Amino acid sequence: MKITIQRETPTEFEVKGIEDITLLALLNTIKTTQDSSLTFASGCRSSVCGSCSMRVNGKEVLACSYKVQEGDFIEPLKNMPIIRDLVVNMDSAYEKNKKAKAWLSSITQTIPLTQENEKINELQSDCILCGSCYSACPVFSVNEDFLGPFSLTRIWKYVSDKRETDEKRMIDTIQTDGVWSCTLCNECTLICPQNISSKADIEKLRAKSSMAGYSDPSFNSFSGFGFDGSPVF
Amino acid sequence: MQTDILIIGAGGAGLTSALIAHENGAKVTIITKEYPTRSQTSMAQGGINAVLDTTKDSIKAHIENSLKSAHGIADEKAIQFLCSKAPNAIEWLDSIGVCFSRTKDAKIAQRTLGGASAPRACYAQDYTGLKILHTLYDRVLQTDIEILNERYLLEIITENNKAIGAEVLNIRTGEIESYNAKSIIIATGGYSRIYDKHSTNSTASTGDGIAIALKAGARVSDMEFIQFHPTALKNSSILISESARGAGGYLLNSKGERFIDELLPRDEVARAIHREILKGEEVFLDIRHLGEQFIDEELPQERKLAKLYENIDPVHQLIPIKPVAHYTMGGIEVDDNSQTQVEGLYAVGECANHRVHGANRLGGNSLLELIVFGKQVGENSAKYAQNQTDFTDIKLSQKMIDININPTIDFYKIREELGELFYTDVSILRDKKSLQIALQKVDNFIKDIPNMGITDNSKIYNTNRIEFLEFINMLTLSRFVLIGALARDESRGAHFRVDIPQEKESFAKHTIINKEGVIQ
Repeated sequence: MKITIQRETPTEFEVKGIEDITLLALLNTIKTTQDSSLTFASGCRSSVCGSCSMRVNGKEVLACSYKVQEGDFIEPLKNMPIIRDLVVNMDSAYEKNKKAKAWLSSITQTIPLTQENEKINELQSDCILCGSCYSACPVFSVNEDFLGPFSLTRIWKYVSDKRETDEKRMIDTIQTDGVWSCTLCNECTLICPQNISSKADIEKLRAKSSMAGYSDPSFNSFSGFGFDGSPVF
Repeated sequence: MQTDILIIGAGGAGLTSALIAHENGAKVTIITKEYPTRSQTSMAQGGINAVLDTTKDSIKAHIENSLKSAHGIADEKAIQFLCSKAPNAIEWLDSIGVCFSRTKDAKIAQRTLGGASAPRACYAQDYTGLKILHTLYDRVLQTDIEILNERYLLEIITENNKAIGAEVLNIRTGEIESYNAKSIIIATGGYSRIYDKHSTNSTASTGDGIAIALKAGARVSDMEFIQFHPTALKNSSILISESARGAGGYLLNSKGERFIDELLPRDEVARAIHREILKGEEVFLDIRHLGEQFIDEELPQERKLAKLYENIDPVHQLIPIKPVAHYTMGGIEVDDNSQTQVEGLYAVGECANHRVHGANRLGGNSLLELIVFGKQVGENSAKYAQNQTDFTDIKLSQKMIDININPTIDFYKIREELGELFYTDVSILRDKKSLQIALQKVDNFIKDIPNMGITDNSKIYNTNRIEFLEFINMLTLSRFVLIGALARDESRGAHFRVDIPQEKESFAKHTIINKEGVIQ
């Protein structure tokens, strides 16, 4: 089987006598038998630690849950600085969770949850922070301060949690570089290995924002600018 | 760089102790060789034990179940502490936002795991560890606790048997960094990857913190006790959760016969499967009779993983399984305060031996251990740090790590050999002779280290180098496992010697080993 890996330049590797294996298993074989300098991250091998996200033929996958195919082209995630080969620096992506203040506002032991309460954000709390959605999101190419899909999904998880006592704090935080910066293109939904739709979460957060008196800032500009961006006098 | 408390490792134990130390006024820095949410804790599925309803269960029963499972070598006081603090641990996790599954009457749902006399394991669908870990991480972000990602522990620096700092390799830059601290907490996880591909664990479970703590003067104990999980996928060692048997799954041999009560404790079920395999049988987990709807609702991960790794659909087909290394009961020897033999050096979680698991851990007690002892060590280390008036200057060795760059032996091959050796001879069934041969082989591997090395010379993100350093740590610990297993001339829990199949009263004690490999 031949695959090409984007290193400093695209590099072809051939492994003989192998079929029906995961991309991660193939990368391990290459590293331990052909080229010890091939660099990638991995951990649990069972799609729960989020270490081995990368792109295959332009699409984000977890290497441990993708069956490698003849001729595949493997690249690192986008929108994050490449450290080496398939490893990117995710510090600034994870910093967005801190910027979004994605945590419960106050700690209280007096609010019991029902089964229905629990189901509201069960899916969102399945997130493994693999960063696939961050890589697939086209907004970062024009606005690197965008909070991004996984941070906004995390905000939705806490906003929708019945134990959250200060919904307004959260909604206030996501008005700048937040919910309104999303183009609703749905790329994040298509590649999420956990079947989470950040786009849908962002739409729900927009509705909450509107109820809190916020509106889409791009509509406000219509009073001062034409549709082509030229000033209206 | 200076900090009150330096925590090595950012899984459930590391993050919990960070939060509590911070709450007690300490300046906290965490280093991790990965990122926090990638830790082994994310893989825990089953649940976390706590008695929540005393009309249906009791702390006394939780203590008794844990003691029974431990086969006489747990510390009753430590187990009492663990079980009585459990309800409070769940309350705390719930208060910070962990999404535990709920019952119809708005209570935290609980299920029965092997060896428990009541439904006692609180869970979050089949993602209990993941959801606890991520919530702890979110909570840490709310504080000014510093997290430094992709830093690999090289050495704990001591002065007069007191921990004063650490030397750390920045994986990204290849530079050695030094950290000055008043107190250090090791929270680096277990050593199941000694078994290489015959383990359910993350490739990161290489026991680094234990090996480094030994070098610094700490002792280890009960290293010979390694829990094998009965049901991992045959070809990939991927875990199929105990909940599959809990829900009514059968174990079958090639003839389609059941051969064991599937809900006995893990050590007994693993031994029964192992014996079938030695007879030449293949062993399967059968959940077909549970039906597609039930499997999709309750065991969706299992169906996904079986399809991906074994190309079989458990709704219609048998799942080929084998027992593999899953949890290491032994670890760094700690006192009642979770402090090691080195002053100011603490250990917590799977890397430590809090003496609560004994010879066989009860399912659902390991997540609990992370929280209860994480809280305890956070408090203790903060108190200790407060009483340290000043930092002690550290003199860096300043030597780059000395690794052969023209190796004549491929360590990746030896790593695989070590895994095969342990899976064959330091396994579910052991005997003196093969343990002795294994020790000789491990000693030979250790002698050969100078001829092993790395072929990638890059400073930047050199995983070849990290994997080699991890391998050396695993070789170190392999020796201690074997010393313990050879000294324990009896069978107890996960340590089963076919040459001496009885439990002996004279061995109802811990195997404590110092860095020279001498039993204390």
